[in-house]
Amino acid sequence: MRLRQSLGATTWSFADLKDLMAKATPLRSGDALAGLAAGSAEEAVAARMLLADLPLKTFLDEQLIPYETDEVTRLICDSHDAGAFAPVASLTVGEFREWLLSDETDSAALAALAPGVTPEMAAAVSKVMRNQDLILAASKCRVTTAFRDTIGLPGCMAVRLQPNHPTDDLAGISASILDGLLYGAGDAVIGINPASDNLSNLGDLLRMLDDLIHRFAIPTQSCVLTHVTSTVELIEAGAPVDLVFQSVAGTQAANESFGVNLALLAEAREAALSLKRGAVGRNVMYFETGQGSALSANAHHGLDQQTAEARAYAVARAFDPLLVNTVVGFIGPEYLYDGKQIIRAGLEDHFCGKLLGAPLGCDVCYTNHAEADQDDMDSLLTLLATAGVTFIMGVPGADDVMLNYQSTSFHDALYVRRLLGLKRAPEFEAWLQGMGLTDAAGGLVPPRPGHPLLAAR
Amino acid sequence: MKPPVTRDPWAELRARTPARIALGRAGPALPTKAVLDFALDHARARDAVHAAVDWDALAGQLALPTVRVASAAPDRATYLRRPDLGRKLAEGERLRPAPQDFLLVIADGLSAAAVQAHAAPLIAALPADLRTGPVVLASQARVALGDEIGERMGARMVAVLIGERPGLSSPDSLGVYLTYEPRVGRTDAERNCISNIRPQGLGYEAAAARLTWLVREALKRRLTGVELKDQSDLGLIGPLAHRAVP
Repeated sequence: MRLRQSLGATTWSFADLKDLMAKATPLRSGDALAGLAAGSAEEAVAARMLLADLPLKTFLDEQLIPYETDEVTRLICDSHDAGAFAPVASLTVGEFREWLLSDETDSAALAALAPGVTPEMAAAVSKVMRNQDLILAASKCRVTTAFRDTIGLPGCMAVRLQPNHPTDDLAGISASILDGLLYGAGDAVIGINPASDNLSNLGDLLRMLDDLIHRFAIPTQSCVLTHVTSTVELIEAGAPVDLVFQSVAGTQAANESFGVNLALLAEAREAALSLKRGAVGRNVMYFETGQGSALSANAHHGLDQQTAEARAYAVARAFDPLLVNTVVGFIGPEYLYDGKQIIRAGLEDHFCGKLLGAPLGCDVCYTNHAEADQDDMDSLLTLLATAGVTFIMGVPGADDVMLNYQSTSFHDALYVRRLLGLKRAPEFEAWLQGMGLTDAAGGLVPPRPGHPLLAAR
Repeated sequence: MKPPVTRDPWAELRARTPARIALGRAGPALPTKAVLDFALDHARARDAVHAAVDWDALAGQLALPTVRVASAAPDRATYLRRPDLGRKLAEGERLRPAPQDFLLVIADGLSAAAVQAHAAPLIAALPADLRTGPVVLASQARVALGDEIGERMGARMVAVLIGERPGLSSPDSLGVYLTYEPRVGRTDAERNCISNIRPQGLGYEAAAARLTWLVREALKRRLTGVELKDQSDLGLIGPLAHRAVP
């Protein structure tokens, strides 16, 4: 393929489709680290112009990572639905952007299209979209999932209650869970990142969550975020597992660096389904992803980090997950340097995931070695909430005392609910109201003295 | 009239966790004091990232011979943007082969404070056969630098003691990453990790006991990583997919 773009006296040429994709990507430190970024601002725009003129079906004819050597590529190719792709099959990347933004393209059209979109197509079109385009197009995508409550309904945003503790102290974790529930958070999942992957410790955490959920009949699900093989062992040992967690990435080699492959994920999903613990649905997987994970495992095959990330959503969607979480600012400044890069990446990830039909939430977050602060997180949270993000994190005071980074807080969720009128999952909303913790409009009501949750401490 | 701040009637739960719970609220937002307390902690953590280890003082605390090396990252600013440079030795670094079963590497990572405060006491808590020198002191270093160091020195196993990302409430967390048969190109799934070593987290004795168990088991089974799961009730060991490796 001839990849040249003339601009005035200069002709920009690109080695191959991967090179073009990388150079068309809005600037971020991870692509510079990989030696893939455009060398100048003009080169980046030249790449975008050329990319906009490419037929979308180019991405069906030419694989960025060979089919023979990568099982994620095989998954993408083998599961592509040509019928679903038909409405956009004749479009270029630039025309696809216009199709996505058109008033005629509604939620139903986007849902029907999802199985026909490959992650490379989603990544390509996102590179010629501005932030407002990413927000508007994503806001039209609907992805609904369910386990004990229903996630992703129109006008709703859920919260993962993340009650981590530096030593997995059960009393400490339950204190954070109570804080979150009393602040109206936890409809997406109550999900603990354990400090210890010791199996008996993981079992204790699972039993504590299960007891709490059943004692108060909370319409939510639990998850202890450990390696998928540990979760399978726990299921076999009879532990009460609701959701199976795993970090996933967009290349076979990166997944291998996580100690997983597609067969292992399928096995884990079957194990969780066999427990039949869902009340209103059977979505049993919880995946986390993040730009830069493939590069950090030296498993990116020369792909820019945003395209690699979009491929992770193709992995995720193959397993009908309840939740997919891009942990956008966690990986550090070598991949996303500052607030501007984190905000852009969060919007790209959310758009690409939703377009592919995955229930994308976002850990709106940053580390202390990145050039970012709470103001940047306020901006990204507000933008993602307007874009219809499926869920966000709820960490007490935004400070994760185990993982050592800053995310969004229970207060942040209240802020964005108040600002935009976003509801919780309906089953959870009804539970809060029944417990006397919210009013009819979903606003917080201080718990009465002797409230059962307070008595539970 | 004072503006209405809603207090949370579960403030006594704060004693159970360092997490920021029961903060109260002004409408949906944080009270002003909580906003400013957070800003101060963030400012301190930001400053901590850029501090440097006093290697001479640290070497003085270890009753063991030491060797100093530097990564290929010449300064902190480069280190933060270029983890690839932090994973390889600076050009011209010479390390003599010193074959041993167990090699200790102390790396600054992202928290000089953690290394300065906790590396020497942790090593002192190890059994005698694991308190072996020379201990390699590595500056502007990432975890994977231990692979090149271990390979060049001919170690069967390397333990990298490294400053973890500073958190708002824990600017001085030390991590240990254990790798069997270290060599350039090892992945993080091939390591085991002990995290959050500091007096307010995992204490020195407990961390040393866990490391000792892991080392013995790894030598017996000739591997580290995902397949070396801890079922000994010692805990805190496992694959790293869900956390960020310094």
